[in-house]
Amino acid sequence: MRTPIIAAGLVGLASVANAQDTLTVYTYDSFVAEWGPGPVIEKAFEARCDCDLEFVAVGDGAEILSRLRLEGARTEADVVLGLDENLAEAARETALFAPHGIESPQLDLPIEWQDELFLPFDWGYFAFIYDKTKVDNPPTSFEELADSDLSILIQDPRSSTPGLGLILWVKAVYGEEAGAYWERLNDQIVTVTKGWSEAYGMFVEGEADMVLSYTTSPAYHLIAEDDDTKAAAAFDDGHYMQIEIAGKVASTEQGELADMFMDFMLTDGFQSAIPTTNWMYPAKIPTEGLPDGFETLHEPESALIYLGAEAEAIRDDAIEEWRAASTR
Amino acid sequence: MARGIDAVTRTAGAGAIALALVLLLTLGTLAAVAVRAESAGGFGVADWAALRFTLIQATLSAALSVVLAVPIGRAFARRRFPGRSLLVMLLGAPFILPVIVAVFGLISVFGRSGIVSQALLALGFEPISIYGFHGVVLAHVFFNLPLATRLVLQGWLAIPAERFRLAASLGMTSRDISRHLERPMLREVVPGAFLVIFLLCLTSFAVALALGGGPRATTIELAIYQAFRLDFDLGKAALLALVQFVLGAAVALIALKVALPSGFGSGLDRAVMRWDANSPVLRALDAALIALATLFLVLPMAMIAVDGIPALTSLPPSVFAATLRSLGVAMASVVLSISLALPIAAWAVKSRSRLVEAIGTLTIAASPLVIGTGLFILIFPVADPFAFALPVTALVNAVMSLPFALRALVPALGQIEADFGRLADGLGMSGWARFRLVWLPRLRRPLGFSAGLAAALSMGDLGVIALFASPDTPTLPLQLYRLLSAYRMDDAAGAALVLLAASLAVFWVFDRGGRVNADA
Repeated sequence: MRTPIIAAGLVGLASVANAQDTLTVYTYDSFVAEWGPGPVIEKAFEARCDCDLEFVAVGDGAEILSRLRLEGARTEADVVLGLDENLAEAARETALFAPHGIESPQLDLPIEWQDELFLPFDWGYFAFIYDKTKVDNPPTSFEELADSDLSILIQDPRSSTPGLGLILWVKAVYGEEAGAYWERLNDQIVTVTKGWSEAYGMFVEGEADMVLSYTTSPAYHLIAEDDDTKAAAAFDDGHYMQIEIAGKVASTEQGELADMFMDFMLTDGFQSAIPTTNWMYPAKIPTEGLPDGFETLHEPESALIYLGAEAEAIRDDAIEEWRAASTR
Repeated sequence: MARGIDAVTRTAGAGAIALALVLLLTLGTLAAVAVRAESAGGFGVADWAALRFTLIQATLSAALSVVLAVPIGRAFARRRFPGRSLLVMLLGAPFILPVIVAVFGLISVFGRSGIVSQALLALGFEPISIYGFHGVVLAHVFFNLPLATRLVLQGWLAIPAERFRLAASLGMTSRDISRHLERPMLREVVPGAFLVIFLLCLTSFAVALALGGGPRATTIELAIYQAFRLDFDLGKAALLALVQFVLGAAVALIALKVALPSGFGSGLDRAVMRWDANSPVLRALDAALIALATLFLVLPMAMIAVDGIPALTSLPPSVFAATLRSLGVAMASVVLSISLALPIAAWAVKSRSRLVEAIGTLTIAASPLVIGTGLFILIFPVADPFAFALPVTALVNAVMSLPFALRALVPALGQIEADFGRLADGLGMSGWARFRLVWLPRLRRPLGFSAGLAAALSMGDLGVIALFASPDTPTLPLQLYRLLSAYRMDDAAGAALVLLAASLAVFWVFDRGGRVNADA
């Protein structure tokens, strides 16, 4: 009888696994980059959970959702981190998420937060980033952008949350005329990348004059590289706001660890890493405040955002409008 | 005689099983796709744009490749110089060059930070960009110009040298020769070459994935991938897959109808002397053409070596893991490909039917993405498709390399049976004994070549793996694509060199293995 021996071996393995439970978190590429928040947060969380926190990079934000739908309840993810408010409703409709269970979370968001499934972990404003030494007269509105001959890099709204943000930003500014605006902008778009990392990497390498990113992106160059040549173009139209969210996967077998992670997400151990690794505004400002350099960033006078169901209602049509206009 | 009949049925049986497997993978997955496609919404504006883009880029790529190939092929045909045969051999290299490696090479030459742009900047011009329509066409011409050149060159070499001798003694000018000898040959060769290249560009995925991608530069194959991975719209993916298959099948059918170049009658296979083309101007023109074509081909590959060698020492461990994974996939693919090809070839030879070969060729028209979509739809309800990423990649590549294996094996096997078939029948040799004693020693060359091709193609494949890939088990081409899109150019350069070396090495090992001590 070999079975008992194998069984004993399995029991042995299981007990080892128990000693070191693994919490699997699906997130986007740049989150787990060496210079991203992933490594810092992994260390901080593992120090208190006696577990193995494993980040799995699944492309850009919107790809996380497709991935989850492709996997369904079979997914290995315990927590999903890196969707945004624009995708919250679509994520809710998958019925793959469980309530986070935190009543009235303490947040420093510009808007009020009420969502029993998703918690925000950071936020920011979308903006086009340019190099001050190369672009003399940055556009101050979408109109000026389309009238200029500046080349831009944007992201695919179907795979990338900034890409989707831009689609909704243009929709918020132009409404019915959004399709016509995309047609005007068309010949300035160098390429549409799958994710934010690709587009920003290309911009840094000089492949275009501007890239769609965040008003907080220049802080990276200023603080990490001591380079003050990058700036965000301030648009009179207002800037679309992104709120990045995380949720606990309902099918998880690590419910307690997942809850612990969601709690941890809004503490200093997580939030203090955000400004200088993810280069976004923290959802809860850490005790030490925002790092030096953030005060130099452009703060939009008016913020635009579609919330939850509102974003979901126009998302597909807005994307289709962009695709149709961009193929001409 | 009972024995002989038994052997024939057995051959037919094994061949039929292998063939059924191939049909299941091509038409079976297509059926799964078709059922699923019913649930799709309509064909949107963007889908029409993808169809249009696919057709336009394939037409332009094929036309450019063939138009450029004519003067280059002529130059190769009428000049003799040291290194000529090496160059002609090099024309075959892009076939086993992994697409994503070539894309890396092209970016380092034609990208915004590439050497051409650097030169333009130094001269005070704007740098060029490789992304979008022209980048896709450029990459396709890079891959297919050598193929077209080889086809055209074969056409030229098929004109017996005696004809040119005769033409010279009749005092024909270059124009006369062109009219009486060259244009008739081109009229036969060019349409076939155009269609083959058109078909290859039609099913191109990795090039569009890496260099296109925006709504303006999306092929149908890429749209299948996007509907699948980005929109999770299996119905739309299936509908697009159906369109892709119809397109491929239609072109393949036309290609079958187009007459293959017929011979001019044979002559002595001697170097072609061209008394009409000895003027210094023509010599200089041909030299320039050959030099430019060589530069266009060699420069991107050289850049891979130049950029890659310094990066080799600091390669991330993920590249090594991915290399091992890809080698495993390549070996599995070789075994599968040969196990499918041999019985089909045996059956084709025994039954003297060309139908079997034609069905094997069906896979040229079938796109890996369509097969992949079908497999995903079939596996999804019962198991986690992502767990099958590597086996599916090996299987699909085995099937995709089948037409090439059959093309090498069927004529060779036909010859063997013609030479030794009666003797073997007389000795009552059948089954394993016949395979081992009669076939195997004489099939080593085509078998080695087929195995090498299957290994190299699956080593470098970036198609179906992109559909099935999970983040933690990439193959080497997928890892290279990820490094490339994350703009980690140093690591990408190293990975590109490793992939290039691995693909050439697996081809060489098998192909060489087939030649060592081979009787034939």
